[in-house]
Amino acid sequence: MGLDPRERGRARHTVRPVSTPLPTPALVLVALGLLTLAIAFGRLVRRRRFVSPVDRATYQTLHTVSLATRSLRDGLTPEGAARATKHLRSMLGSEAVAITDTGATLAWDGAGAHHRGQVHGHAQPVLTSGRTLVLTEREIACGDPDCPITSGILVPIVADDHVVAALAAYGRSTSAGLVRATEELARWISTQIELAELGRQRTRVMEAELRALRAQISPHFIYNCLAAIASFVRTDPDRARELLLEFADFTRYAFRRGGAFTPLRDELQNIERYLALEKARFGDRLRVHLTIAPEVLGVSVPFLAIQPLVENAVRHGIEGKAGIGHVTIQAADVGAHAEITIEDDGSGSDPDTIRAVLAGESGRDSVGLGNVDARLRQAYGDEYGLVVETAPGAGTRVSFRVPKFAPGVLP
Amino acid sequence: MSSSWGLLAITLVCVVTVGVGALGLRLSRTTSDFYVAGRTVTAGWNASAISGEYLSAASFLGVAGIVYSLGTDMLWLPVGYTLGYLVLLVLVAAPLRRSGAYTIPDFAEARLQSRQIRSVASLLVIGIGWLYLLPQFQGAGLALQTVTGAHPAVGNLVVAVVVLASVAAGGMRSITLVQAMQYWIKLVAIAVPVFVLLWIWLRQGQPLPAISSPNGPFTGPGVGYAAREHPVYATYSTLLALCFGTMGLPHVLVRFYTNPDGRAARRTTAIVIGLIGLFYLFPPIIAMLARTYLPALPPGTRADSIVLMLPGAMVPGTLGDLLSAILAAGAFAAFLSTASGLTVSVAGVIDQDLFSGRLNRRSGGDLPRTHSFRLASAVAILVPYAASWFWANVTLADTVGMAFAVAASTLSPVLVLGVWWRRLSVTGAMAGLAVGGALAIGATVATVAGWAGSTGRGWAGTLLAQPAAWTMPIAFATTVIVSLATPASVPKNAARILVRLHAPEEVAGRHTDA
Repeated sequence: MGLDPRERGRARHTVRPVSTPLPTPALVLVALGLLTLAIAFGRLVRRRRFVSPVDRATYQTLHTVSLATRSLRDGLTPEGAARATKHLRSMLGSEAVAITDTGATLAWDGAGAHHRGQVHGHAQPVLTSGRTLVLTEREIACGDPDCPITSGILVPIVADDHVVAALAAYGRSTSAGLVRATEELARWISTQIELAELGRQRTRVMEAELRALRAQISPHFIYNCLAAIASFVRTDPDRARELLLEFADFTRYAFRRGGAFTPLRDELQNIERYLALEKARFGDRLRVHLTIAPEVLGVSVPFLAIQPLVENAVRHGIEGKAGIGHVTIQAADVGAHAEITIEDDGSGSDPDTIRAVLAGESGRDSVGLGNVDARLRQAYGDEYGLVVETAPGAGTRVSFRVPKFAPGVLP
Repeated sequence: MSSSWGLLAITLVCVVTVGVGALGLRLSRTTSDFYVAGRTVTAGWNASAISGEYLSAASFLGVAGIVYSLGTDMLWLPVGYTLGYLVLLVLVAAPLRRSGAYTIPDFAEARLQSRQIRSVASLLVIGIGWLYLLPQFQGAGLALQTVTGAHPAVGNLVVAVVVLASVAAGGMRSITLVQAMQYWIKLVAIAVPVFVLLWIWLRQGQPLPAISSPNGPFTGPGVGYAAREHPVYATYSTLLALCFGTMGLPHVLVRFYTNPDGRAARRTTAIVIGLIGLFYLFPPIIAMLARTYLPALPPGTRADSIVLMLPGAMVPGTLGDLLSAILAAGAFAAFLSTASGLTVSVAGVIDQDLFSGRLNRRSGGDLPRTHSFRLASAVAILVPYAASWFWANVTLADTVGMAFAVAASTLSPVLVLGVWWRRLSVTGAMAGLAVGGALAIGATVATVAGWAGSTGRGWAGTLLAQPAAWTMPIAFATTVIVSLATPASVPKNAARILVRLHAPEEVAGRHTDA
């Protein structure tokens, strides 16, 4: 946007003694841009330069493998298979490559796509017997004299001792070398499928653990609560009624069905109920301090991620010692993250014990701790695990960070 | 002008800002009673905080300056600054909140499920942030220069250091209460002097400024851009940039995250419009009074500094010095709050999308989080500070206008179409960002370099100087056409995401519970 000519006149003889001030920023910008481009290009060239043709070939093959790996990350889905066959074909060097599972042909890449419909039929013997099959021109029976598909190799893909799919390489001719290469490739795909299956199992285990944690309100807590409420029924019926309602709300929240994430606001509200119940039991022995930044109340956190930590803090801070115990709960706003800290001044514990709990080796005392840690890591990545600071006699401080936004995480 | 009063006021503002940034957490919220539900940030506080960050040095000094030098047509400028929130309210406020996104790159990634879009959006956010930070530095340098007579380069250095200190001390936390107070400080700092000056003006019985400026009568309509060619086009183009650019400013969306839900986001925006509108009543009054009392600028001053010079011209003596000091403090507070907010947002994006992965790899994951954020803030401040050396000759309001034009031509198509159009594809969004970005940034560079915008260059110059009216439709059209041509890259769950964005939270919640 331009300048009022009067202003420009003024500016030129007053502001600073640069002789021709106007084109300078543009020149600097252009120079910076060129420099960046030059550096980027230089790095690219350096990366592409190889010592020998063997190095280059090794690099090419490994690169293709890594691309194919990415496509097969979710196992043998039609989309993944379609993307993978392209890379598989460049590795085998055949005219066409296809993948079929027990139901239908998943993907075809290369020339002669009119044979796609036959693949599943060709693969039937392979899928039932689990043996490699070589097809000749007569068996393929193509009416088109120019069609490059005159022979084929079909290899089973085996996962967990079952033939789950078949890899087919079609071309003008076959050779023993090509058969072995195809078999090797099929074995590699099998490994990828098993890895994907492992990943899925890990997710299922996490979900099961979450379900387990939900149901895992300790029986002691319920018993202690009801006993505490019972003690108020005669002396203070109003309070008893209030506590019963808190108890009802607490269990309703803890047993709710729905998403794996919840706004921090709801989670804290539930902790509020939990603490009200614990206070009924401990009275003045339990002191709770809260420092909650209102800015982070809307952040999504894993469902029931904080309550087990508070329960641990109460248990360590009060039950392990005589006198008054302090529990501090903090939620702070740190840029793109929220930081949540739960601290008690109780007996503390040996760091090695906690390390074992977090590593999943010992589930004796703090089942919640390891579980919360695993769920945080699973949802946000490994750098978001629990941080526990403790020593015998020095209290315990557990903290973790939650990103304000993470792809796929919604309350 | 007495420098001691002004210096004292500015120092006070700096100390308070840095101090509150460092201690604010403790001051605002240590408590031992619980009751979480009652602690949600209310729409009123949130709106004050948004306004506090939004009203910048350009608003405080630049609007009065440009109305003073270019006439009443420039009243469209404050109207446009406010109108941006109306567009935000109608088109994107609630859906953006429901998307759960914290920054604009977050939204792009959530809506289009693509890391590439995220990276491009991040780069644009950083660029727009820098372009917007630039006039803030200039404004603060100008305030220091007017008050103390220091060279602008010294002023710029001082303010860069103060912002860096306040951000490093506690900037990562966005403390609603502190930012909300900033708005009321700014409002008082401009309203009180204006009322005093108006009262003096009424008592002295001076005439209204019916003066004819060299460019025609001050109050005549349609002549404000008379110094430039094609005033009507220029006005509409600027308005368009302001309307659609506001939603693309990096520090605006970040604050919407604090709203508990979509409805609260809408209510907040409505209040913001009122608060900002109220503030913008005052700069034009200053411009009008300055036209009466300072018919010609003293040589060696910029129009942007008339706000600070007016009290001295009207009431020489202690009262004038005092009012001037209040205005300088207000301008400085405006600068500090906007600059800190912007720096935090830009540094956040630099830290998250450019730095953290790389730094972690280099340092083996040992680098504490705060260090990488501080490093990012230093980068976020140094670049516009360095640029402010070269940029000295463009008025504040004009540089701000460029930031809005770039935002309107790049991020706003992605935001608006992302919220309202199910067939937006990744390729389409990318094409729109590339085309809109290239055109708007090219026009900006051309203008700043002096290749356009001055008189005597006809339509080409005007089109380059006020690019939004053509770059924004081209960016929208590119996005739509390329999206229609590449249906394969429409994210698979687009329909589900749109339901999420538009259904009220209770409904969406019930849906997922079932």
